[in-house]
Amino acid sequence: MKNPIAERITDFLKHYPPFSSLPYESLLEIAKTCQVIYLEKNQTLFKINDATHSFFYVVASGAVGLSVTSDSDDVLIDKCDEGDILGLRPFFAKNNYLMTAKAREESIIYAIPIETFKPYVAANPDVLSFLLESFASNTRNPYDKSHKGKLISENVIYNDQSSEIQYYQPIKYTSNPITASPNDIVKFVAQTMSSSKIGSMIIHENRKPIGIVTDKDLRSKIATGLYSIDVTIDKIMSSPVITVADNLSIAEAQIIMLKNNVSHLCVTKDGSTDSEITGIITEHDIVVAQANNPGVLLKQSKRAQRSSDLKEVREKLADLIQHSLDKNVPINHIGSIVGEINLAITKRAIELAIEKIGTPPPAQFAWINIGSQGRKEQLLLTDQDNAIIFEDVPEDNYDTVKKYFLELAEKATKTLNKVGYDFCPNEMMASNSLWCKSISDWQNQFKGWIINPADKNVLQNTIFFDYDFVYGNESLVDTITKTIHEEINDNQLFFAYLGADALKNPPPLGFFRQFLVESDGEHKDTFDLKGRALMPLIDAARILSLSKGIKNTANTISRYAKLAELEPQNAPVYEACADAFAELLKFRTEEGLKNESDGRYLNLSELSKLDKVKLKNDFQPINDIQEVIKNKFQLTYFT
Amino acid sequence: MAINWFKKIVKDYPKFWETYLSCFNENQSKEQRYVVFDCETTGLDYKSDRILSIGAVGIQNNQIIVGDFMEVFLQQDVFNPETVTLHGILREGKEEKVVEAEAIIRFLDFIKNATLVGHHVDFDIEMINQALDRLDVGKLQNQAMDTDVMYQKLKYLPQEQQSSLDELCDIYKIKKSDRHTASGDAFITALLFLKLKRKLEI
Repeated sequence: MKNPIAERITDFLKHYPPFSSLPYESLLEIAKTCQVIYLEKNQTLFKINDATHSFFYVVASGAVGLSVTSDSDDVLIDKCDEGDILGLRPFFAKNNYLMTAKAREESIIYAIPIETFKPYVAANPDVLSFLLESFASNTRNPYDKSHKGKLISENVIYNDQSSEIQYYQPIKYTSNPITASPNDIVKFVAQTMSSSKIGSMIIHENRKPIGIVTDKDLRSKIATGLYSIDVTIDKIMSSPVITVADNLSIAEAQIIMLKNNVSHLCVTKDGSTDSEITGIITEHDIVVAQANNPGVLLKQSKRAQRSSDLKEVREKLADLIQHSLDKNVPINHIGSIVGEINLAITKRAIELAIEKIGTPPPAQFAWINIGSQGRKEQLLLTDQDNAIIFEDVPEDNYDTVKKYFLELAEKATKTLNKVGYDFCPNEMMASNSLWCKSISDWQNQFKGWIINPADKNVLQNTIFFDYDFVYGNESLVDTITKTIHEEINDNQLFFAYLGADALKNPPPLGFFRQFLVESDGEHKDTFDLKGRALMPLIDAARILSLSKGIKNTANTISRYAKLAELEPQNAPVYEACADAFAELLKFRTEEGLKNESDGRYLNLSELSKLDKVKLKNDFQPINDIQEVIKNKFQLTYFT
Repeated sequence: MAINWFKKIVKDYPKFWETYLSCFNENQSKEQRYVVFDCETTGLDYKSDRILSIGAVGIQNNQIIVGDFMEVFLQQDVFNPETVTLHGILREGKEEKVVEAEAIIRFLDFIKNATLVGHHVDFDIEMINQALDRLDVGKLQNQAMDTDVMYQKLKYLPQEQQSSLDELCDIYKIKKSDRHTASGDAFITALLFLKLKRKLEI
């Protein structure tokens, strides 16, 4: 009999692995045996230690959270959304469930009997390996790294995957390499190698590799005078060349190189020396592939030719951040490494823009990052804020010069956007003609903000006081710094404005030490980590360091460190602020990585009790530092 | 035995009806079974209109049992061209069709003593009862639950305030992909029933 309900379920299942690798008829048979369950929010599907069910489950709509219990708190391990499978344990193990599955919102679940599904698993290796991988990693996506380190107490098969998986990934190499024929003259081969900036060249006969010439051959056989520079290349080439097939993993490539004591491998169509050359793998490719290494990332961004290359660097950087957080590297160190790489990416984006325009800049200029990028606190991909300062030019030239830099900024910001830094919603970017101007205009701009804080909207533009030199002529930035510090010296009105602004967000704890959460809008009942905790600390650091004449330091933690040095009597407060800031930044970064968001809003119900206590303790310094500001700038009269 | 003591003659019912009635004598030791069903009809007048198709699916232990399912299309003597656009069942459609008696027998065999569930279920039950009457047997004996009444109870709405299946689907975010086929409506109603049942803590 036809069963439209089963058909409907089949139509759903066929979109998701592992069902997508099964034929429609099999799916229909499976669908006919399944059951549909409705779960209300917070209703449990199974609990830790429940005897395993005879079903496994697919989320049809809604979301189900998987959690383990540790220290009497539920720790959310994974969230299953539409199409995700859960409850695979009975497939592989006889003992009870190790996790609790609870609906995080109203959900409809398809329960598929394990008995019906088993034959399909046995008959279909794709399905089996998908289930095995899902089960082994204990998250539905076998390659999900974000839950590393949380499952150690759970005896599920667990291993530190990230480094190894990467190691077994296929290696990226140069395809269609430049080649030479055996009777080419050494001199010309060497010329080609240097003009193409390559260290080796494969020698071919009928597109089949017969040897290879590397820098080493040229060094040991030509430069030593063993052969003349006019001989044919086959006299000095190393032969035979080691060939491999496509799809080599990083590990394999490395082992083959070590075994044969070579630094280059030739990729051919079928892997033998008797087939067509398709590519070349060098030691450099292997180093690059083991990428989570800041040095390599820096180098890679310097060599990038396109925005997609830079994007790759930024993506690897995210892994690096996660890795460092897992290893408990202090957030400030992570911040400075990430800052350097962000900087390198921005620099390269500017260089690429100049190359694209085709003419060198018509005047000296400096590109500065402002806001969180300027403070080097941008661990997650947030938006870009930047500006251009160019040197004073004759008036009749001004427009053309400005036009050039606007175009430059337009191109560079576009590249950065492709890399993943969103455009600034407030247009605080060098491509905005307001923020791309000559040094005198910038000096006047800052003077305006400082002398007339009320008229010039200094409060919306405080991020311009957090800047960091990126590219060009740094002395232009120094001039700005000097101007700012001359103008603010003893300018009470300016500090009063800034101070009042720094106090507008009081410590985010209610009277009973409960969290103040957002009471409306799309982020209702979540905690605004950026607005309520990070911003007050950032604002306070800015005003205090400006008043103390601290120069060339925009980073909040460094600012507090300098302040502690200059004002030993308040050092404990400043140090506490620095610590709290680091902790809060870490919260934000972890939240952001977990949810692939900017981490601004924390869902308190997902925090463990310990985390909540930590978070609350970080709020005390906000209170203390605001007291310092109140007294220092006598804001009690002003506000 | 279902013997009506007030009837003078004990009627000799057909076999299927006896079997159906006997279901109600069994001890209800098993888990309570619900059958959610929907009839597509030629119109809304239960006297003159006829059933076009019946779709039904079983629920046990708060789970829709996809395999516990029936669907049947009926041959038509009475045919109302106006409603074809609504439910899409043509008189000479592709589906295998059975005569009304056969459809009703299959339906009784499927539902047994389950509690019947439907949206505005009284109408569907009345349509079945009319058909049973034409077979010269009694009325449906099953208990019945109406998803609209459940909704009224949940929201303390007055009886007059009726809601359509579409409205409730919107409220409870149920996808209405197969509306206006009997089995599609049955499945949607089943989902709605599970939600309401849970909320009413039945």
